[in-house]
Amino acid sequence: MEAQAIFDILKGKFGDAVVELQGEGYSPAFVVVAAAAVKEVSRFLKEDPNLSFDVLMCLSGVDYKEKFAVAYHLHSLKHRHAIGLKAMLPRENPSLPTVDDVWPAANFNEREAFDLFGIVFEGSKDLRRILLPPDWEGHPLRKDYKYPDFYHGIKV
Amino acid sequence: MVGNADLFVNWARKSSLWYLLFATACCGIELMQAGASRYDMDRFGAVFRATPRQADLMLVAGTITHKMAERVKRLYDQMPEPKYVIAMGSCANTGGPFYKDSYCVVKGVDLIIPVDVFIPGCPPRPEALIDGIMKLQKIIMRRKNYGAKA
Repeated sequence: MEAQAIFDILKGKFGDAVVELQGEGYSPAFVVVAAAAVKEVSRFLKEDPNLSFDVLMCLSGVDYKEKFAVAYHLHSLKHRHAIGLKAMLPRENPSLPTVDDVWPAANFNEREAFDLFGIVFEGSKDLRRILLPPDWEGHPLRKDYKYPDFYHGIKV
Repeated sequence: MVGNADLFVNWARKSSLWYLLFATACCGIELMQAGASRYDMDRFGAVFRATPRQADLMLVAGTITHKMAERVKRLYDQMPEPKYVIAMGSCANTGGPFYKDSYCVVKGVDLIIPVDVFIPGCPPRPEALIDGIMKLQKIIMRRKNYGAKA
């Protein structure tokens, strides 16, 4: 199914929660949705038999300087089609619902986004740092991150 | 007499440099290569041990992150004296490709533990590693075990 058709289905089902389609220059095309609706949209994308997006290929945090975003890359093994899902977040206290009960694989990716961007996934099964040590301060992939001088007495 | 005792002890030590297999990055592949049949580090008495408690030499082969630094220190502390360290490759020497702009990589393993021999290269070839081991053997042969106390 083409991106425009998927967008139309989502728009018809969720209305204003589906903001826009980023098609030009994007591969796969991205459907931008409101952060609060991510879980419902994800569940629909997975469980609707005509869409059946059963693979979460990738979940990443993005820092656009004035705002954050979380991008989801979805793929369907049954229909062999793909779509992206994107949720924009404010810079202050970025948080959105987790999707780890829709695709269990999301947990590690969400932990990575939490670790490096400080994006909080509400209702997550297990939201801890995954790459950096548990007592690390700050979120290093943020554009305004300041490097610490020392970590446990070792110069950084 | 004391000189002969030193010579004997040092010869015994340099001829059985059992090293702790500690490979954290691509240098580990060259390290395996150096230990395998083509380069055959066993010729110099250097065989790998899987536990620090049986090792004389720690071969730090690869990038050390701040998260790993604690473990490096602990493994080094678990080794019995006398112990030696070889820093293999750019990452272990200085941080290498991560030197300029990295928050998570330790800029040289000598910030954590004392290093006897640095081997440059990214990664060093097995010949370079064997050269480093032979340099360490020369360092061991210079050591005064009994003479210094007398």
